[in-house]
Amino acid sequence: MSYKLLRRVFSSSSYNKRPQICIVGAGPAGFYAAMHLIKKLENVNIDILEKLPVPFGLIRYGVAPDHPEVKNVINQFTKVAQTPSVNFYGNITLGKDVNLQQLREHYDAVLLTYGAEEDKTLGIENEDATNVIAARNFVGWYNGLPCDKDLKIDLSCKTAAILGQGNVALDVARILLTPIDDLKKTDITEHALSALSESKIKEVYLVGRRGPLQVAFTIKELREQLKLKNCRTIWKENDLADVDKVVPDLPRPRKRLTELMLKSFNEKQTMSDDGNIKYFKPVFFRSPNKFLIDDKKQLTGIELICNKLVGEKCVPTEEKEILNCELAFRSIGYKSVQADKDLILNDGYVRNDKGIVEDASSNLAKVYAAGWLGTGPVGVILHTMGNAFQVAKLMHENLNNIDDKNKGGFEEIKKIINKSNSNVIDWNGWEKIDNYEKEQGKIVGKPREKICSVEKMIEIAKK
Amino acid sequence: MLRNFVKSLSARNLRCSIKNNGVSQSFISRRFIAPLSTTEPALKAEKVKVTFIFHDGKRMETQANVGDSLLDVVVNNELNIEGYGACEGTLTCSTCHVVLKPEDYNKLPDEACDEERDMLDLAYGLTDTSRLGCQIILTKDMDGLEIQIPETINDARV
Repeated sequence: MSYKLLRRVFSSSSYNKRPQICIVGAGPAGFYAAMHLIKKLENVNIDILEKLPVPFGLIRYGVAPDHPEVKNVINQFTKVAQTPSVNFYGNITLGKDVNLQQLREHYDAVLLTYGAEEDKTLGIENEDATNVIAARNFVGWYNGLPCDKDLKIDLSCKTAAILGQGNVALDVARILLTPIDDLKKTDITEHALSALSESKIKEVYLVGRRGPLQVAFTIKELREQLKLKNCRTIWKENDLADVDKVVPDLPRPRKRLTELMLKSFNEKQTMSDDGNIKYFKPVFFRSPNKFLIDDKKQLTGIELICNKLVGEKCVPTEEKEILNCELAFRSIGYKSVQADKDLILNDGYVRNDKGIVEDASSNLAKVYAAGWLGTGPVGVILHTMGNAFQVAKLMHENLNNIDDKNKGGFEEIKKIINKSNSNVIDWNGWEKIDNYEKEQGKIVGKPREKICSVEKMIEIAKK
Repeated sequence: MLRNFVKSLSARNLRCSIKNNGVSQSFISRRFIAPLSTTEPALKAEKVKVTFIFHDGKRMETQANVGDSLLDVVVNNELNIEGYGACEGTLTCSTCHVVLKPEDYNKLPDEACDEERDMLDLAYGLTDTSRLGCQIILTKDMDGLEIQIPETINDARV
């Protein structure tokens, strides 16, 4: 720490010739890009700005609490953050505390990795009914995202339906169906744990508009779901008919995933229902047409349109059916927000060419986008890693072509931010929050108890 | 040093547990009890030569302990392969993907378990002789092993 301080004292007196890089968003894309840049550039300064006071983005707030192994990557990111040439500045919001133009004036390159924080909507009737929940908010709720901590969800009903068949959909299903005693050992938030322990959910439908050969979830998540204690998987006979015929010709990943579905389908499930068994029910070829409600605007069911596959394409038929359920999750994907007025969003992500955000004002620093903000919200962490490395490589090449490196970096940005926000949280502050959460977790036998309020985070960090 | 030792022990414990009963759950508790295990011959000083070959043709040669996994080799020798071993050998990522020569691949004592294959299915440039580095334990007869590290190229928009 003292070395960092020393270095800052020296660098503040006169701008040196180190390239100044700003990364907006301290999730996996931001950290992976930083990892590549510090490896390639010996002499560089990287400032990672983050909206929340705490780092790691979707590793902390997206990865399910029962997947602690996936979060091990935090150790690699922590090493990056502890490198003298990398600084973390939390609780700074692009578009509010500082704008893109200002970042471009004071840095040699700006990389945007602020992800995709909004969920896509279906745009159907009664989508605003009580107990129609965005999977994104549910995930934020059980993972402790401050803006989702007060989510209103009623788990006192028997049947829930998840619209969508990706990994987020399976995470939601698994959290609803996992025995509560298993969740108690995870870092799931206390408010979620207490609500889930009262849950009366008995069956969870997983509704997809396409067929079993088009599912978006990955095999690991399915295998986990199928192995869940006290949970039975019920497939619809018609959905999987004839699928076995095409299996031999599928590429390996799709083949193994389909074989696992077929294996589960063909298994004689002997679990007798003593009242504690829960049910997982995948349904294919169904698109939601409208949510059905009672006179109190409470969800009572979903009207589904039956689809059929014509070649590779899914087309609606005249046929409709009703799925009775009192709780529904929308899990059809995410989209990015326009954090700054200078950014152009297309189809849910920032318009860019191989990571370079196109724009006309070439006298300012180049802007790049990586991770879900640049690619759209698809793929697992590995894909984000590959993309972040690629964009960082491009940044490195372009930085070599800049001769005039005398930008003020955070010294200048700080002056702008201080006008509206005096609570910038550095890595040291995060370490205090981290320790506090781990201590609180110990008391209840969890790896950590997350702080779910920004104010409280700032309070701990500033102590 | 001690941390690495404990880590390699626990990693190996995990590996065994997966092979023995095919269960991938409760990694945490296993990790927790792992340091108590004394059954591994991890302190043996026997060394073998292994060479990592990168997609750009660059070669990195190193002396590795028999009994270590390829992931241990990368970590303990600070080989600094970007992003390698993100989940630290818990079979929940595929960043330690390696490609072996067919003759070396066929010599491996164990085939990949379901969980390893699940992760390999997500890897770029999957081949018939792909494995996860965290699952390959070096033995004496692997001296001279050559390991290809595939490029993590990607455009997530298919």
